[in-house]
Order: sequence, then C-alpha cells, then structure tokens
Amino acid sequence: MNDTIITVENLSKRYRLGQIGMSSLRESAERFLQRLRRSSSTNKNEQPIPNLNRQGNNKQRPTDPSESQDFWALRDVSFKVQRGEVLGVIGRNGAGKSTLLKILSRITEPTSGRAILRGRVASLLEVGTGFHPELTGRENIFLNGAILGMRKREIEAKFDEIVDFSELDKFIDTPVKRYSSGMYVRLAFAVAAHLDPEILLVDEVLAVGDAEFQRKCLGKMGSVAQEGRTVLFVSHNMGAVTMLCNRAICFANGGVVQDGPSAEVTNKYLAGTTPDNGLVSYPTDSNHVHFTRAFISSDGNTPQAVIPLSLPIHVVMSYRVPTLSKQVQLVCHVWHARGTHVMSTADIDSQPELLSNRENGDYRTEFQIPPNTLAPGRYRLTLACGIPNVQLLDEQEGPSFEISDVGSYAAKWSGARRDVLLALPIQWTTGRVSAPASMVGLKLETRIS
Amino acid sequence: MSEQNYELIIEPTRGWFHIPWRDLMHYRDLLMILVRRDFISQYKQTILGPLWFIIQPLLTTLVFTVIFGQIARLGTDGVPPALFYLCGMVPWNYFSGCLTGTGAAFTTNAHLFSKVYFPRLIIPLSIVVSKFMALLVQLGLLIVFWIYFNGFTPAGAQLELGWRILWIPLILLQTAAVGLGTGLCLAALTAKYRDFTVLSGFLVQLWLYATPVIYTYSAIPEKWRIWVALNPMSGVVEMFKWSILEVGTPDAKLIGFSVTGTLVLLVVGLGFFTKVEKTVVDTI
Repeated sequence: MNDTIITVENLSKRYRLGQIGMSSLRESAERFLQRLRRSSSTNKNEQPIPNLNRQGNNKQRPTDPSESQDFWALRDVSFKVQRGEVLGVIGRNGAGKSTLLKILSRITEPTSGRAILRGRVASLLEVGTGFHPELTGRENIFLNGAILGMRKREIEAKFDEIVDFSELDKFIDTPVKRYSSGMYVRLAFAVAAHLDPEILLVDEVLAVGDAEFQRKCLGKMGSVAQEGRTVLFVSHNMGAVTMLCNRAICFANGGVVQDGPSAEVTNKYLAGTTPDNGLVSYPTDSNHVHFTRAFISSDGNTPQAVIPLSLPIHVVMSYRVPTLSKQVQLVCHVWHARGTHVMSTADIDSQPELLSNRENGDYRTEFQIPPNTLAPGRYRLTLACGIPNVQLLDEQEGPSFEISDVGSYAAKWSGARRDVLLALPIQWTTGRVSAPASMVGLKLETRIS
Repeated sequence: MSEQNYELIIEPTRGWFHIPWRDLMHYRDLLMILVRRDFISQYKQTILGPLWFIIQPLLTTLVFTVIFGQIARLGTDGVPPALFYLCGMVPWNYFSGCLTGTGAAFTTNAHLFSKVYFPRLIIPLSIVVSKFMALLVQLGLLIVFWIYFNGFTPAGAQLELGWRILWIPLILLQTAAVGLGTGLCLAALTAKYRDFTVLSGFLVQLWLYATPVIYTYSAIPEKWRIWVALNPMSGVVEMFKWSILEVGTPDAKLIGFSVTGTLVLLVVGLGFFTKVEKTVVDTI
C-alpha cells in the first residue's frame, strides 16, 4: 500500500516586492491606475520579441513595475513524504524553505499548486508562541497549548507531564515575566514537546536556548520519529540534519535542487555554498543587527577557501548595527563537513563589554583559530547573532573552507587518522625509566601491592 | 474529529466566504483562554483592577452631565441627565470596544499570525466576548443608577420597567454585530494600508456624534433624521434607551435601516476579513 502522508504538487508562492512591509493607499491607487492605463492602450498582444538575455528583456519593458517586482519564493515545488520519514529541508536563507513551511502550516496560502497532508499537523515555527509575560506559567501552558491546537481537556490531561518536563513545578504559578530566559524556553518547549501530531513541521526552533536545551530538543525529535511520526525539519544545522533525518531536500531559488539520503545532500550543499575565494555577502535589509559579509583568510585580509594547516585561520565578519543594541552576542560555530559540531565561540567571551552596549554603525570583527589545530578536511561556519536564549536576530550560513596539508605532515597521516578533527602538534616525551634488569623487580612489586 | 481519514488540502482558495466552521469549533477553547488572557493581563499590576470597568463610564457620564446637561442644556426627554447619558454610553462602549479591538486584530497579532495557524476569526470573536464581560459590569452600574433615580429622586415617578427590557439581549447582539462588522472591515483594510490605523482612532470619536448618545433622536429636525437613521448605531442606541427608560422613538424606519445596515456591515466585514486573512502574513 502506498503510504504517502505528504504530497506537494507544483506548489508556488509569489511575493510582490515592495508590498511587503509598508504600503500606502496612494501607492496602491497608482498601481491600479497604471493597470487601467495599460489595459486601455490595448497593446496586450504586442509583446517584445522573445529575448533570451534576461537583462535585456527587463530593460525593454521598464514601465511594468508590478511584474518586474514579482518574486517567486517557491516555484513548482513537488515532492512526497512517506509516513514515518524524517525529512530535512536545507538551503540558504531566502531559498524558499521557510515559505514552504509557512504554506504547509497554513500560515499563508500558496499562489498556485497544492499540498495534501494526511494526518493531524502541528507546526513549530517558534517555541513559546503567544506567551504572555503577565500570565503565570500555568496560564501560559493553557494559552500556548490552545494556540498550538490542543483542546483544553487534552492540556489538562497532559498538564502534570508538561510541568515535570519543564522542571518548573515550583514556579508554575509565577508570572513568566519573572522567569529567566532559560526557564522561559524550557516551559515553552515542554508544551511543544507534548503535542501529539502525526505530522510535525519544525523550523529553526533549536536555534534558541543553550546547548543542553538543544540536546533535549534533538533527543525529543529523535524519539518522535521513532514513534512513527512524520517530521519535516528545516535547519541550518547540517549535523542535526544528517543525524536525525534519513532523507533531505535542498532548496535553491525557490525550487528543490537535491533530494536524497541526508548525508549525500548535505555534503553536496556544503561543497556548493562557498564561492572560490570564500567571501560570502548577505542582504542588508534587516532592522536588527545582521551580518553583511564574512570570509576566511590566513592573513586576515585576503579571502581564501583553502588554508594550509600550518597557518592561522582568520575568521573575519562584518556586521551592521542599525540601532543601538543591547544584550546582543555574535556566535560562530565551526562544523566538520560530516556534521560534527567542532567548536563555537562568541564575541562576548573575550569582549564582555559588547554585551551591554553596541552603538549603531558598521563593524568588523575577527578571531583566529591557531595554526595546527583543525585537522585537514572540509569545514563550514554558521554565524548567528541574537539575544542569548531570547531572540535570534540573524543566522547565516558562513563560508566553508578547507584545511589542506601542504607540508610534509600529510605523509604521516594515514588510515583512521585521516578522519580526525584535530591536528594539534602534540609533543610526546619519552624517557627510558630503567634498565631491563630492574623491570622484573618492578613488576613483582606491583603484583605484591 | 475522525482521526483516521483526516486529510488537509492546502491550495489557493478563490472567492470571499471561507468561514472555517470546523476549525472554529476545534479552537473554541482557545477563544475562552484568550478572553481570560485579555482580562487578566489588562488589570494585572493595577491597583483598582476591574474597577476601571466602572470608573471609565462613570467619569464619562459625569463629564457629559456637566458639559451637555448643565452647560449646553441639551434635552434628555425628561430623564435625569446622568441616567440618560449612562444609558447611552453602555451600548456605545460595547460597540466602540468591539470596533477598535477587532480593527486592530491583524496589526496587534501580526507576530502570532506569522508563526502559527489557527482560524483568524478567533481573535475578533474573543474580543467581542471579552468586551462583553466589561459590558456586564457596566450593565450592573446602570441598574444601580436606575434604582437610585427611581427610588430616591422625584424624577423616579416617570421610570417604569416593562416587558420591553426583554429586547435587551437582541439589542446587545446587534451592538456586537455592528462593532464586529465594522471592525472586520477596518482590520482587513489596516492589514494592507496603515492609513486606516490612524482613521480608526477618530472614526469612533466622530461616530459618537453621529449617534443619539448625547442628544435625543427626537431633537433632530425631521428632514435630517434620515441621515442619522442610516447609521446602524442610531437604531441600536435608541432601542436600548427605549427598552430601559421608555424614551425615544424607535420607529419602524429607524429599526429597519439599523437592522439592514448591521447585516450589510457584518456580511461585508466577514467576507473582507476571510478574504484578506489567507495571505495577510505576507503584507502585514
């Protein structure tokens, strides 16, 4: 029997650029008048001669703002998911994966195409949606649970379990505004973890919270999958995708470009993300602190995609602070191409004063990974900035790079040692403790004692 | 809900009236929880708490009594001015509360709407229910006023309760419908054009003067009455005063216009709202 639980057929979603955000009556009236004028000129059939050069084509009809401003966040996306599958959805920011999730969660409607979901759906695009700071933990459990689609009696039945999971029984009647950010997230996740759907759609909810919380989330997700639920997991965390998902699809420019076993798809994705010189630029349209570009270099100035083992790795990031920001930290995670989280570091670790105050302006920051630290291989970075445990302001796929062993060191690496993560120049010190004659005595002594 | 053949088809919907009845039923608990949330969050960390429900109409009544009763000397059909104004303010407050609350449904819940699905109509409905709680308290205040003026002042001789008070539930239902309908239209418009957030603020103010709350319908010259009657709230307020104080002239024309206007507003509002809600997240 065919047990397809999610079917997505030619799903497309169009956004009108400029319509997102502010829009005023005047602009709309102008657009409307323009449309009237166009249709009244009756030249509809007089299309320009097809021109394969896209730019040239656009230049030929600059009077058509409504069409040139269209942006297809998803275009003819089709795929199927079998019951019990855990599907990872990856791709750069703006590739369409969040739009897909929003459509499947019914937050917004597609422009064309359709999706069929055969089972109760719960979507988790954020933990703690709708939490009200003035309400107590108890009241917020009911509020959040109901927002996520649980019935009151369902929440009542699971209430004790939720409180246990959150480990907050002492504070359950305290308004959540008095909670620490960690407690807040714990409570929020406890509610989410007790949803009982057949299909679970998860966005980057794992991006908030500390390492322990993330492990708890991943563990819970793993067990959800084992119970035969179907999970769609959107993530930047290639390690998590490889670990949790048996299959992954990769989005680029609104379409699916890869579909297959997760390890294969993530590897291809990682290999393709960074241009040759390793410099990555990001859109600068956010009102919050956001990254503008990042690159890897061995001297701190020239972007490079390959760094010799014997040179330091400079990770250089530029970011913009649109308005005076407080409590913000920048974090950089280093991942091995296989998905292992190698290390992470935050700017406030060494410059705690940045936490209290960051004036508006453009910033450049860098840190160094000492030479002879990361073993030869492929690595990638993820960059994040936000208010710890509270809000993620920006998260970007950073440059990926390769550590190459150009020195003679390479020759010494073989077999199992090729797969390691660290290439620390470890010094062994060896001394002969005694001559063979006394060794017998030594052994005897240890046996006696 | 049958768990076995649950199937959800997501595709672009055309047309105007997609009221998700089944989802609304499923999420009815959310509605009550939201009402509770509004109630608790509004009065937490206030000293007077729910007393504010009473203080606000009391002060308004006082101001109206002084300005319109004492200084401007507008007629009140022989009813004590304080009772007259309070009686007009009770349905008016309910209406304006529903209108402004519903009108801001998309803008104040933008974050919520962009993160999770639930039938969007739950929010306006929860506002209508939550404002109803405030209304009940104010009705209590009105009863206190009525008893006072009836029993302890000479004017009380004219006041008499009758079977006509049985109309009150229907009148309040209509009040909610006008507020909801107008609010839904505003919400749909605000989602796209922020100009309407500015408008909704003084719309309520202006509307008050177009409604016989401060003045009596009978005081309006005959040739202008038609314009006042076109406002659905005129009939509502006039009916309310009539059912409690037995003043005013809720004639057939007034009631006919009012009921028709209410239905039109409600239908247009619902259609507009359900049309916009589907992609509101993209534009908000």
